[in-house]
Amino acid sequence: MSLSSWGVALLQALLYLALAPLLAGWVRKVKAWLQNRRGASPLQPYRDLYKLFGKEARMAHTASPLFRAAPYIVFTATWLAASAIPFIATGLPTAAVADVIVIAGLLALARFFLALAGMDVGTAFGGMGASREMFVSALAEPAMLMAVFTLAMTAHSTNLSSVVDHQLLHGIILRPSYMFALTGLLLVALAETGRIPVDNPATHLELTMIHEAMILEYSGRHLALMEWAAQLKLLLYGSLLVNVFFPWGMARDIHPGALGIGLLLVVVKLALLGAVLAASETVLAKMRLFRVPAFLNLALLLALLGLLSHVILEV
Amino acid sequence: MSPLWLAGLAVGLALMSALVALFSARVTHLLRTLSLPLFALAGLAALAAGLLTLVQGEVTTAQLPLGLPWLPWQVRLDALSGFFLCVIGVVSFAVGIYGSGYVRGLEHGRDSLPVLGGFTGLFLTGMLLVVLADDAFMFMVAWELMSLSSYFLVAFHHDQAANRRAAFLYLLMAHVGGLSILLGYGVLAAFGDGFAFDAMRAGELSFGWASVAFVLAFIGFGMKAGLVPLHVWLPEAHPVAPSHISALMSGVMLKVAVYGFIRFVFDLIGDIHWQWGVAVLVIGSISALMGVLYALMQQDIKRLLAYSSVENIGIIFIGLGLALLFLATGHKGLGVVAFVAALYHTINHALFKGLLFLGAGAVLHSAHERNLEQMGGLLRRMPWTGVFFLIGCLSISALPPFNGFVSEWLTFQAALQAWQLDSGVLRSLVPITAAVLALTGALAAACFVKVYGVAFLGQARSRHVRRARGVPLSMRAGQGVLALLCLLLGIFPTSVIALLDVVPLQVLGQGLSQATAHGWLWLTPISSETASYGAPLVAIILALILAAGLWLFGRGIRRVRRCDAWDCGFAPPTPAMQYTASAFAQPIRQLFGSLFYIEEGIKPQPDGRQRYQLQVVDRAWGLFYLPVARAVERAARQVVRLQSGNVRIYLGWSLATLLILLWIMA
Repeated sequence: MSLSSWGVALLQALLYLALAPLLAGWVRKVKAWLQNRRGASPLQPYRDLYKLFGKEARMAHTASPLFRAAPYIVFTATWLAASAIPFIATGLPTAAVADVIVIAGLLALARFFLALAGMDVGTAFGGMGASREMFVSALAEPAMLMAVFTLAMTAHSTNLSSVVDHQLLHGIILRPSYMFALTGLLLVALAETGRIPVDNPATHLELTMIHEAMILEYSGRHLALMEWAAQLKLLLYGSLLVNVFFPWGMARDIHPGALGIGLLLVVVKLALLGAVLAASETVLAKMRLFRVPAFLNLALLLALLGLLSHVILEV
Repeated sequence: MSPLWLAGLAVGLALMSALVALFSARVTHLLRTLSLPLFALAGLAALAAGLLTLVQGEVTTAQLPLGLPWLPWQVRLDALSGFFLCVIGVVSFAVGIYGSGYVRGLEHGRDSLPVLGGFTGLFLTGMLLVVLADDAFMFMVAWELMSLSSYFLVAFHHDQAANRRAAFLYLLMAHVGGLSILLGYGVLAAFGDGFAFDAMRAGELSFGWASVAFVLAFIGFGMKAGLVPLHVWLPEAHPVAPSHISALMSGVMLKVAVYGFIRFVFDLIGDIHWQWGVAVLVIGSISALMGVLYALMQQDIKRLLAYSSVENIGIIFIGLGLALLFLATGHKGLGVVAFVAALYHTINHALFKGLLFLGAGAVLHSAHERNLEQMGGLLRRMPWTGVFFLIGCLSISALPPFNGFVSEWLTFQAALQAWQLDSGVLRSLVPITAAVLALTGALAAACFVKVYGVAFLGQARSRHVRRARGVPLSMRAGQGVLALLCLLLGIFPTSVIALLDVVPLQVLGQGLSQATAHGWLWLTPISSETASYGAPLVAIILALILAAGLWLFGRGIRRVRRCDAWDCGFAPPTPAMQYTASAFAQPIRQLFGSLFYIEEGIKPQPDGRQRYQLQVVDRAWGLFYLPVARAVERAARQVVRLQSGNVRIYLGWSLATLLILLWIMA
């Protein structure tokens, strides 16, 4: 692994960081259009982050040091998890450092601290958010792993870079297992990134929130880090969906032209995915909490069916 | 200095620790100042013996001048025993250090210190001898020594009726299990012509007899290890012992049962059959899932940890089941991966469960509380214990870069190779197991967010918890050792596996050299193309970004202003308004409601107030234990008919028995 591939890996990590607010802003913009509003500029999340970083951070009297450390840990773990997912090029060392199970583990680490931070101040809302988040993720995480395992078994590797390479080399074959895995992963992505119908990122209606309830007590730079981490997570799942299932245009060697094409295509694909997400959020309504398990059980079942149809039919 | 000599030294020190404790009735501080330090030294000697065995990779044997005239006790120290000596040693060392602070609180009570110290020493002696034994006779004697001495420790606080009941249940189950193991060895001894393990290895068993022996061993060792549905005694017995003993029982004694199972099935029995793998895999998966679900429902922190042991033993047996499956179908390399995953989880569970029980003990010591619903805010009252407990929670929830993640990662890697199996049924069974494992991991994270969030964060829910203070240095040191090891085993998995490599090499005849082929940075259990995990790199990158973030915003550290909690603008919250442990688990309780037996309702109290009551009862009681107990009672009532009080009839029965026996023998 040469120095230049580490360089591209670093560039990729920075791209994740830079583009995450844009995707969130884009989804909001499209949603506004679909609702016949003009909406804020897609660049608004950058302005929000800038503003929050400049503001003073306040903490409750009852908050412990963990409350203060949690934003940094959540942000770091999410960013590291994102960096290991191929974005514009394959064959980078970050994918070898952290395979897909490690990515799931890092996301779980971020969630663990997010939930603990929610419980730290000792308010009812924080505890409620933490309890619901762990409840939702307890069902979503296995579904996500099963969906990705389907691809990993096909490529005989849990290294996402190899999975993408395998896809690029063998062409996209329409396998039943892929369709199951893709649908399962889509549902998981909605749940894990806190979108409608599982959670609503725009709500501050007390009794329905999950993610917002956990970060309710944060302010200033702490809140900025938490928000940025949530945007990174959205981009992470988006990139996982578009790059692993539709890896067209990914650079397979480190060459400025190939990297440029890779970046261009991934931005287009993500813009499309964002538009689909906005459309689905416009037509769907948020579910009651106890309807969520049915939704996630469907995701788990689909993912498991994908895995089983792979091992039974396709080996 | 030979490893066996060191192991002998460990046994000697453990016995001395027991002996010294006998005098602590008069001189109460002897337990703290001499007996427990000797215990820690015994642990250290066992650890040294184990490490030396793993490094040298040689098998040493000896014969003791004890035992029956025609069957002297034989001891043998090979890599497998060495590995388990390490497991026993390291936790015992930490418990010895911790215990000297912990028992101080008992010195002025009515509890009998000689009983505590004496049986603790004997307990360790028993466990050490079990892994050293090289014949079934010595194995069973050591096994019973371990079971009986731990019975007295479970019954230590015998002034409460519930504890006596738990101890009796433990004794009963230990003996049913012991009987099953004895019968299992009997089958092997009959075919192998002798009680020595060497003779058993040489014996040739048919599939039928081998399966009988396997089932007996699986029941016997599985009962001790706490596999579902035989686990019910475990969450009763483990929590009622003093906390450092709970750490030994959950952290180490369960591992001795795992050792027995591995020795019996992988080493002694001979050929392995895939049907066994399926049985172990299914039971392991059920144990893992049910263990964590029941753990989530608990409000008593020590009971919760005991149920979580059931879960982790389930994960170990998933690994062992995969190993059996792969070995029996001729995929030796994959079998080794699964085997190493199980071994790795064995030592991991010993470390973090030991750590968590010691942490729970520290909370009990300073806040006098086991009920999560009364706790809160302990991180600020006892910061050291809070940090160590957090490391334990992160490790047990299988989060990188801690040790629990490594073993779960390895187990997943082994399961993902299921496509290499020939049979379609087995190929589809393994992914379902992987799904169960993933679900278990996610639920375990929920469980430990609940424990940590309710106990250590938030605000104290009762007055005595608000007054909790930090624990003495020795107790902190004991936890610190285990916490540090949790981190090290998570960051340097490749070096640990390089050390473990000799165990599968000796037991299965093949090592895991490819896992460590790419240097200490990379863990590649199958090949570098298939999967790699750069644990040190993940840890370094995490630390670097964290440091950069703190440096970048470090100037802000002084600038955080304190204020009242926002809480959506409501009145400042009181401790009673926090989410409780049972509220936290409520969504999961509702989702998996059919798996529990739940009694819930609002009951009027004698003082006229209404009180919400919730009780989650283990279904295994009703489904498994009570029917067996009733059947035994019914059978006993039938047998009573023989008892007429008339000597002539008794003689008649004896004669009839004799005749039947003669008829059978002829």
